[in-house]
Amino acid sequence: MLQVKNLRCYYGRIMAIKGVSISVRRGELITLIGANGSGKTTLLTAICGLLPAWKGDISFEAESLKGMDPPAIVRRGISLVPEGRQVFAPMTVLDNLRLGAYTRYRRREHREIEQDIAQITELFPILGQRADQPAGTLSGGEQQMLAIGRALMARPRLLALDEPSMGLAPLMVEKILDTLVRLKADGLTILLVEQNAQAALKIADRGYVLETGKVVLQGDAGDLLSDVEVKRAYLGKDYEEFYDGRG
Amino acid sequence: MTPSLKKGVAYALACSAIAGIGLAATNPYHLQVMTFIGINSLLALGLNLLMGYAGQISLGHAAFYGIGAYTTAILTATYGLSPWLSLPMAVAAAALVAFLVGMPTLKLSGYYLGMGTLGFGMIAFIVFREWDGVTGGASGFVGIPPLAVGPLNLSSGRNYFYLVWGVLLVAILVCRRIIDSRTGRALRAIHDSENAARAVGVGTMHLKLQVFVFSAAVAALAGFLYAHYVSFISPGTFDFLMSVRMVTMVVIGGMASIWGAILGASLLTLLPEWLHAFSDLEMVVYGLIMMGVMIVMPQGLTRGILDLYERARERHER
Ligand SMILES: Nc1ncnc2c1ncn2[C@@H]1O[C@H](COP(=O)(O)OP(=O)(O)O)[C@@H](O)[C@H]1O
Ligand SMILES: [Mg+2]
Repeated sequence: MLQVKNLRCYYGRIMAIKGVSISVRRGELITLIGANGSGKTTLLTAICGLLPAWKGDISFEAESLKGMDPPAIVRRGISLVPEGRQVFAPMTVLDNLRLGAYTRYRRREHREIEQDIAQITELFPILGQRADQPAGTLSGGEQQMLAIGRALMARPRLLALDEPSMGLAPLMVEKILDTLVRLKADGLTILLVEQNAQAALKIADRGYVLETGKVVLQGDAGDLLSDVEVKRAYLGKDYEEFYDGRG
Repeated sequence: MTPSLKKGVAYALACSAIAGIGLAATNPYHLQVMTFIGINSLLALGLNLLMGYAGQISLGHAAFYGIGAYTTAILTATYGLSPWLSLPMAVAAAALVAFLVGMPTLKLSGYYLGMGTLGFGMIAFIVFREWDGVTGGASGFVGIPPLAVGPLNLSSGRNYFYLVWGVLLVAILVCRRIIDSRTGRALRAIHDSENAARAVGVGTMHLKLQVFVFSAAVAALAGFLYAHYVSFISPGTFDFLMSVRMVTMVVIGGMASIWGAILGASLLTLLPEWLHAFSDLEMVVYGLIMMGVMIVMPQGLTRGILDLYERARERHER
C-alpha cells in the first residue's frame, strides 16, 4: 500500500533521513521506533507532503506522491496525527472534528460527515460530552483522542500517528493503543511512530528501528520485541534508554 | 432564543438603528461623518478578515482602495461609462492586482505579504500621482459623476448614507457567512497553527490568497463608494499613511471581530474631527490616545469594552 524507497530528507544542507526504505501493506499495523532525533517525525512529514524537499521515492497505492501538496495526499487517503497532537486549541472540539473533514466538504458529503462525527464520538465518548468546549481545555489524553478523531474524519485508508503516547499517563497510553488495535480490526492500515518501543511492538505486526536517519533493524514485531528483551538483559537497560544513551 | 434567531434580531436592530440615525440626523455634517465611518468600516472589515482570521498583514491596502476609486473615476468621467458598469470592473481590477501581488508573496510563509504589499502600495501611490494624463496626477481627478438609480439621485447626504450603510450591512452578512463556513473554520485553524492546518489538508496558500483577493475587492468597493461620494479624488487619500490607518482601525477595534472593525473605523474617523480643537497638538493627542487604548485594552476596543461590562456586572452581582 505504502512504499518508501531510498528516501533522503534534508533540512537545508543537513541530511536527516539517509536512504530509508519501508513498506506498509494493506491492513497492517507497522511501527517505526527510534530515539529522539532519529528522524521519525521527518519521515512522517515527508510522507504527508509537509516536507517539500525530499529525494527518493514514496508511492501510495502504486502512485508516486512526489510533488503532491498535503491536501492532495489527504484526499488520496493518508491522514496524520501530528506530533504533540496539535489540536486547534481556541476552537471547539466539534469544529476540530469538522476541520478533519476539510478536504471532504468540497465533495459535498455533509450528511456523511455528520454521521462520521457521531461514529467518532461513539469511539471516544468524551469528545461528544465536550463537543462545544474549546479543544485547549481538554486534558492531554483527551486532546490525543481528538487528534486521532480529527484524522479519522478524513476517512483515511492509512493512518499515520506521530508519538501518540507522548506525555501521557500509562493508563491513557493503553487506552489509545487499544483504540488503534480496534481501528486495525475494522480494516484500517496504521503506521505508528513511537519512542515507547515496548508498547508499540506489542500491538504491531512488523516494526522498523530508526537510528540517526537510517533503518538499523527491521522485522516481525515479536522478534524485535525479544530483541529488545535481549538488549535489556545484556545491558540492564531499557531499549529506549539504550538508544537514548547513544543518540 | 436560538442563536440564528438572536442573529436575526441583531440585524433587525442594526437596520432600524441605521434607519433611525438616517432620519434623525438633520445636520449634513453629521451625515457626512457617518458616511465616512461607513466607508472606513468597509475598509476595516475586509482587512480584518485578512489580519484577524488569515493572520496576514497588508501594509498597502490603501492601494486597492485607490484602484477602486481611480478605476471608476476614469471609466465614468473619462469614458462616460455608467457607474454601475464600472463598479464590477473596479472591483475586478483590484482583485486581479491583488492576485498578482499575493501569488508570489503568499507562497513564502512568514511576513512576506506585509513586505510585498508595502512595496506595492508605494508603487501604486507613485502611479496615481505621476500618471498625469490618466489619473490627473498630484492635483487630483475632478468631476466624478454622482450615483443614481433610475430617477432616484443618491448624491444627497441622507441617501448616500443609506447606500453606504446598506452596503456595509450586506458586507457584514457576507463576512459572517464566510467566517461560519468551512472556509472560515480553516482560516481560524491557519491562524492558530499553520502546520496543523496543513496536516489536516487545508491548502493554506490558496486560502490566504483567496482572502487577500477578497479583502482587496472589498477595499475597491469602498474606493468606488468614496469616489462617487466626494466626486474629487487625489493621490494623498491613498498613500502609505492611509494603509497604516487601516491597519490601526483593525488593531484598535480588535482583531477577528466584525464589530471591532466598525468600532475601530469609527474611532479613527471621529478622532481627527474631535481633535481639531487642539490644532498644533492634534497629532500628539491622537498618538497618545492610540497608545492609551492599546495599553489599557491590548486586545482592542471590542474585547476591552466587553471586559469592562463583565467586570461591572460581576461587581453588581456581588
Ligand atoms: N526544522 C528542522 N530544521 C533543522 N533540523 C531539523 C528540523 N527538524 C528536525 N531536525 C533534525 O532532524 C533530525 C531528525 O529529527 P526528527 O525527525 O524530529 O526526529 P524524531 O521525530 O525521531 O525525534 C534531528 O537531528 C533534528 O535535529
Ligand atoms: Mg518526533
